[in-house]
Amino acid sequence: MEQDVIVRIQNLNKTFRGRAGTVVALNGINLDIMRGEIFGIIGLSGAGKSTLVRCINFLETPTEGTVTVNGQELGSLSKPELLEIRRSMGMIFQQFNLLQQRTALQNICFPLEIAGVKKDAAEKRARELLEIVGLSDRADNYPSQLSGGQQQRVAIARALATEPKILLCDEATSALDPTTTRSILALLKEINQTLGITIIVITHEMAVIEEICQRVAIIDASRIAEVGTVDQVFTRPQSSMAKQLIYPDGKRDRLATGRRYCRIVFDGNSSFEPVVSNMVLECKAPVNIMFADTRDIDGKAYGQMILQLPEDARAANRALAYLQTQNVHVEEGDADAFT
Amino acid sequence: MLSLNIWAQNLWETLYMVIVSTAVSYALGLPLGLLLVVSDKKGIRPMPVLNTVLGVIVNILRSVPFLILAVLITPMTRAITGKAIGTTAMIVPLTVAAAPYIARMVESSIKEVPFGVIEAAQSMGANPWQIVWKVLVPEAKPSLMVGGAISIVTILGYSAMAGFIGGGGLGTVAVNYGYNRYNFEIMLVAVIIIVVVVQIFQEVGMRLARRLDKRNR
Repeated sequence: MEQDVIVRIQNLNKTFRGRAGTVVALNGINLDIMRGEIFGIIGLSGAGKSTLVRCINFLETPTEGTVTVNGQELGSLSKPELLEIRRSMGMIFQQFNLLQQRTALQNICFPLEIAGVKKDAAEKRARELLEIVGLSDRADNYPSQLSGGQQQRVAIARALATEPKILLCDEATSALDPTTTRSILALLKEINQTLGITIIVITHEMAVIEEICQRVAIIDASRIAEVGTVDQVFTRPQSSMAKQLIYPDGKRDRLATGRRYCRIVFDGNSSFEPVVSNMVLECKAPVNIMFADTRDIDGKAYGQMILQLPEDARAANRALAYLQTQNVHVEEGDADAFT
Repeated sequence: MLSLNIWAQNLWETLYMVIVSTAVSYALGLPLGLLLVVSDKKGIRPMPVLNTVLGVIVNILRSVPFLILAVLITPMTRAITGKAIGTTAMIVPLTVAAAPYIARMVESSIKEVPFGVIEAAQSMGANPWQIVWKVLVPEAKPSLMVGGAISIVTILGYSAMAGFIGGGGLGTVAVNYGYNRYNFEIMLVAVIIIVVVVQIFQEVGMRLARRLDKRNR
């Protein structure tokens, strides 16, 4: 393999003992994350994904199992060694978690102060980072004077201050609007490409995974339901949780049983052509669009559609055959297959 | 009516008692309050036994009424200052009463700091000491200032009560000249001066807190 493993999680269990008894947060997790990739972990809230990301920097200590980062097994480290290795992992959060009583610049200096970097050097580095995240003119603003997106940019700069190898993102875009989300994701992608930092993204939104991740793990009820490249998982979801995340709730009750459906996936290989219209014109067979979620990114089509095929079997087959000649992934099934 | 000189001298005695007691109380109460937060079972360095012991001590001291506490600890006051009455002597009971009060004020201010900020600092490899002095205290500063204003006013109230046990200052004037000699006017003037001093402390404290707080702009 050309890439090497930067984070290896083996047989990880995490249970919390609370007033309500023992709660299993993570159960038998095995995961390898490769150096330089953007890896997504997706699941519904309460699935255990936030606990999982906290096990990677030992903010949560696993009940059982091991976490190995850059060849070092975290459980075997002393307290000071653990604090040291945490500096090789930056982390950003849903609520940004900036120090409210410090300016943007002072916030970015904070991890450097912790690491004992001299003040002048820290400030110089902080200014470079503000430049990278595009907020040079906001150095002396306090968090309360910044928008959510700007605060997250400061948080990213702060997380990068100690030149980490890994960046952990815990629902980093969940408190942001769609436009801001996209700009933050673009920034993360840029950081991954220019600085070569491995990024681990925790989210409950499939769109975030699609936009920046190369590989994804789907976590369901404390276990990993599925791991694979985003393309694989998105075009051929195996687990029920993957299907649930990929086909949003909205259309579930609308699919009538006894009819044939097909799902077409645009994975960026097809140019943005009116595939469906062309099919209707070509095959003279009308179809219902039951669900559509497509986007045009730089002239390429991304997303998916679910079509209800004509009742006439021949017309339906013709439509399918046509779609298969197009540059899209096509998958046929009955109502149950897509719910 | 008393001469201006006597009023000025007693006002000065009150301020002296209150300011010195507040300073000493904070020197004890601030670390105590921080220790209560840090050693909490959900704190950054849980120490359940220490936390329980400190909590019980604080609660006991807080539940004894000030005048009774002052009388109870007279031997200690004498041991430390060499006397049992007068302004300097009163600093001891004022401190013993105020330090646990301040510890609780500090505790509640520090607990207002959102956990996410602490977690962020931990993710950067900050140790508990750094979290206390670089995150908790600076982030809670405005709230600590408000707590300071409330505490100093409470201590002022205690110092006036100390008039009954020979504490000196405005409380003593109100008791000796006003209460014991049925001179209502003197009592009234003493009260008015105390009220004005309270207003000044409270207002200055609140303004300072607002000025310090970078969250509201």
